[in-house]
Amino acid sequence: MVESTSLNTLADTPLAALQDAALAAVAAAPDLATLDQARVHYLGKNGALTALLKQLGTLSAEERPAAGNAINQIKVALQTALDDRKTALEQTALSARLAAERIDITLPGRGQTPGSLHPVTRALRRIERLFVQAGFAVAEGPEVEDSYHNFTALNIPEHHPARAMHDTFYFDAERLLRTHTSPVQIRVMVEQTPPLKIIAPGRVYRCDSDLTHTPMFHQVEGLLVDEQVSFADLKGVLYDFINNFFERELKLRFRPSYFPFTEPSAEVDIQCVMCGGSGCRVCKHTGWLEVLGCGMVYPEVFKQVSIDPERYRGYAFGMGVERLAMLRYGIDDIRLNFDNDLRYLRQFA
Amino acid sequence: MQFSEAWLREWVNPPVNTQQLADQLSMAGLEVDVIAPAAPAFCGVTIGLVQQIVPHPDAAKLRICTVEVGGDAPLQIICGAANVAEGMRVPVATIGAVLPNDFKIKKAKLRGVESFGMICSVVELGLAETSNGIWELPADAPVGADVRQWLTLDDPCIEVDLTPDRGDCLSVAGLAREVAVINRVALTAPAIAPVTPTNADQLAVQLAAPAACPRYACRVLRNLDPTATTPIWMQERLRRSGLRSISPVVDVTNYVLLELGQPLHGFDLAKLNGGIAVRLAQDGETLALLNGDTVTLRSDTLVIADASHAVALAGIMGGAATAVSADTRDILLESAFFAPQCISGKARSYGLHTDSSHRFERGVDPQLQVRAIERATQLLLDIGGGEAGPVVVVTAEEHLPQPPVLHLREARIAQILGLALPAATSVEVLERLGMTLETVADGWLVTPPSARFDLVHEVDVIADIGRIHGYDQIPVSHASAATVTTAASEAGFELDRARLALVDRGFHEVITYSFISPELQALLEPEAQPLRLANPISAELSVMRSSLWAGLLHTARYNQTRQSERVRIFESGLRFRHDAAGQLQQPLGLAGLVSGSALPEQWGVTARAVDFYDLKADVEAVLALTGAAGQFRFVAGEHPALHPGQTAQIERDGLPVGLMGMVHPALAARLDLKGDVFVFELDLASLALGIVPRYAPISRFPSIRRDLAIALDRTISHDAVVNCVRAGADETLREVMVFDVYTGQNVDSSRKSLALGLILQSYSQTLTDDFIEGAVGQIVNRLTSELGARLRD
Repeated sequence: MVESTSLNTLADTPLAALQDAALAAVAAAPDLATLDQARVHYLGKNGALTALLKQLGTLSAEERPAAGNAINQIKVALQTALDDRKTALEQTALSARLAAERIDITLPGRGQTPGSLHPVTRALRRIERLFVQAGFAVAEGPEVEDSYHNFTALNIPEHHPARAMHDTFYFDAERLLRTHTSPVQIRVMVEQTPPLKIIAPGRVYRCDSDLTHTPMFHQVEGLLVDEQVSFADLKGVLYDFINNFFERELKLRFRPSYFPFTEPSAEVDIQCVMCGGSGCRVCKHTGWLEVLGCGMVYPEVFKQVSIDPERYRGYAFGMGVERLAMLRYGIDDIRLNFDNDLRYLRQFA
Repeated sequence: MQFSEAWLREWVNPPVNTQQLADQLSMAGLEVDVIAPAAPAFCGVTIGLVQQIVPHPDAAKLRICTVEVGGDAPLQIICGAANVAEGMRVPVATIGAVLPNDFKIKKAKLRGVESFGMICSVVELGLAETSNGIWELPADAPVGADVRQWLTLDDPCIEVDLTPDRGDCLSVAGLAREVAVINRVALTAPAIAPVTPTNADQLAVQLAAPAACPRYACRVLRNLDPTATTPIWMQERLRRSGLRSISPVVDVTNYVLLELGQPLHGFDLAKLNGGIAVRLAQDGETLALLNGDTVTLRSDTLVIADASHAVALAGIMGGAATAVSADTRDILLESAFFAPQCISGKARSYGLHTDSSHRFERGVDPQLQVRAIERATQLLLDIGGGEAGPVVVVTAEEHLPQPPVLHLREARIAQILGLALPAATSVEVLERLGMTLETVADGWLVTPPSARFDLVHEVDVIADIGRIHGYDQIPVSHASAATVTTAASEAGFELDRARLALVDRGFHEVITYSFISPELQALLEPEAQPLRLANPISAELSVMRSSLWAGLLHTARYNQTRQSERVRIFESGLRFRHDAAGQLQQPLGLAGLVSGSALPEQWGVTARAVDFYDLKADVEAVLALTGAAGQFRFVAGEHPALHPGQTAQIERDGLPVGLMGMVHPALAARLDLKGDVFVFELDLASLALGIVPRYAPISRFPSIRRDLAIALDRTISHDAVVNCVRAGADETLREVMVFDVYTGQNVDSSRKSLALGLILQSYSQTLTDDFIEGAVGQIVNRLTSELGARLRD
């Protein structure tokens, strides 16, 4: 607290002492509130300096300028001191607050942690995006299929050895679980007119379960139908796909094969992504991995869907998504995909 | 199809090594699966001659053999095998030999008598799984020679995984043709001369089903020596093709099957009654087969019959009653052509699959029957002597497959392959493949060889040109054909986006089998009639799911038992259910499950179990992706799998689109699930139609908030209160929110207290206090009169 100064007359007042006392009060103010009290005490409406100024009128005209000047000098000095002291006190207060508010920024963040997409979906999205970028539309079809769409329309007649090779799940004589996504080809070709450019991702089923087979897995079928399409175009689209999917330049090998619904047909091997082709356990020391089947749409299939095979040609391809996902992410057991162990799934966040 | 490389090289011997040969086959569409030597690694095994045998003085079962192995002095070897005999030639592992599995032969002492090696069985040499004593080598085996070299046991056995269209390659001859074509080298087939009959015996043959069997050749062979044995070279070739040696008749038929691709069958002539009829079976007729099975035949099945019974399933398997046995002297040898469409599926329908049916289903060369029977006759006579009768061949020419004449247009080759080939190249490839070409204006008329059942269309021929020329010669084209723009509708709901929303909210995506256990299905939806698989992998995976919850509940339990108490999972996929009309529907669904703590365990947050409203927020986040959140309502619902007091049916414009709720505690207990479990399922077709956003102007005037605390009957729902507020308000009411719900102290037990926040705003003016008082008063009045609400102070 500043001592109350009782000044009766201006003439009695020792200005130097007043200035010293005021400056001392400012310098001693420990906080902003005390500082403000000091300001009021000297410069407020009823402050000591204000009172002195009011008394200037009592002085003679000769005395007045010098006295006014002297008081004003004190006032300016005091105001400067007040401002400086205020800034200093504010700075101290802020520093204290900052020090008090220091936290351990290495503590973990709060709230929900993100989940994960299934690795098969992750691979599937990537496949879909690559083909969608290349102008393919995504088509879907039923999983409970009839034998016409799954086999007959694809040029796989009843009792054909190729039908026996499919290990089909049946419900009755007509209905079955689709063994491949190829029936979607048929449905699209019936419903739409060329040019067609689709992929059909989805679940497929085979009555087979062991270390390397699960009774359900995923395929992506591709189909392009147009007037000028050749096997060379098919090679091009698959080179682009593989190199983009694996984000590296891989060698591809088109090996003649047989699918009843394409001719010429090929299995596509890629240079082993694990060993680069020098031979390892994954590629069974061949340097090659079989990842795709493909071919030019067989004219009999076009006839089934009333597309003129003289005017239109097409290519089709099919790939196993689990296989691609496993190669991409280094998964060594296909069955992990359907155990859905959270410790496995979390790795694909 | 498995074969020995040495055998193939007798037919065709291109200047390539084993690996190159295998690569050539694979790249010609005949995929090589395995290359394995004819015997596992061993060394130091010599052909020995057993000169003398004397009993071991101290062991009844052991004998002391003196064996000449071509060295200076014969070896003394102790042998325990019962069949060792003086004068026998045997494989001898001499001191220092290493047998398979790194078994080293050292000098040994057996019961006090020294032994300088071991006389081996086929098992000890790794050539078979079982044996009856030591291996007796033929009398002409050169004593002192290395067994491995003499039997060429380093010969690689090559297994090709043939596609079903290439029945023509199910033989050494067929594969040799391909290898000759690929390498442009000559084929050296063994000479097959007709065997001159030495007796006149023959059986009459009647083709009663000529479409199914248009050609049947047979021949009587008499006085075969029943003690004759199959020569070791033939036994070895059979073994290297994966077949066991059985008897000369069986071995020779198998040998010709492997060599030429023609299945043959030998009947015991003495057990046949009269002539042969190739006919369809009578329904219910029975036939005891060679493998011990007795089958009841259907009338769609072709059989070989004698005057009294069916004696063989045509093209599949012979009958037991007429099988050749150890004392058979006279046989009838059959070599027939059965039409693929007649054999296809038949073996499988009787649970059978044989080397014969495998070939007939894929197509056997219809011109091969006589050549094959001549080849087999000569081989049989070479082994066991005897006399051959004349070959009887009955052919229904009109039913024999006629090679198609295919119009191959030259321009089409480039159009399909994307590779322009000189015409001469195409012609050369096709001619090497054995096709006959006739030039026409725009190309050729191509007649494929009779063994090729796979060439029925112009493109098949084009594919063969591409195959032999090499798919690697076809360029890689990046011409972007058919650019079809098919952007999805902006209003459409994207499953992919919903998946990401759930992932961001802490859910892990799972993929579970679409088939589940019938018990679980019945627990979830006792009323539904699930679709049942006729041939499931197991009972646990035998009905199609009608809801995605089955897989989620199973997965939750799987993870709970693996120390993951906190489970947040979702799945999307088809569900399989019958509609009111009994039609199967396969709607796409999205479902999720949460259990355990609301948040992962962490500092600064009080742990609490997840509840209905936590999951509801997740569901609402998904629904909001339609852009039409306001169209959805949660109304109290029922489901047998859910808690009756915590079940919401989700509706859109009054129609059900999904369900959510707490799994019924009784069901959770039944499934061994720990803690409260909450699930949802949405029908994605019902979400498909979203809304494209439409801009509404933003008011320039300030909004005003007024809070109300009301008490009302606790059964009155939040939605009823909000609807009542909206009904009582004018257009200035922007928003109503409940920011507190309280029951307990100071509130009657039948009532609850709600804190409502009302936000009012006008587009044309700043709302005055008077106006606001009036508007809020109206709302309060409405709450009081309609819901019996009382304003709390």
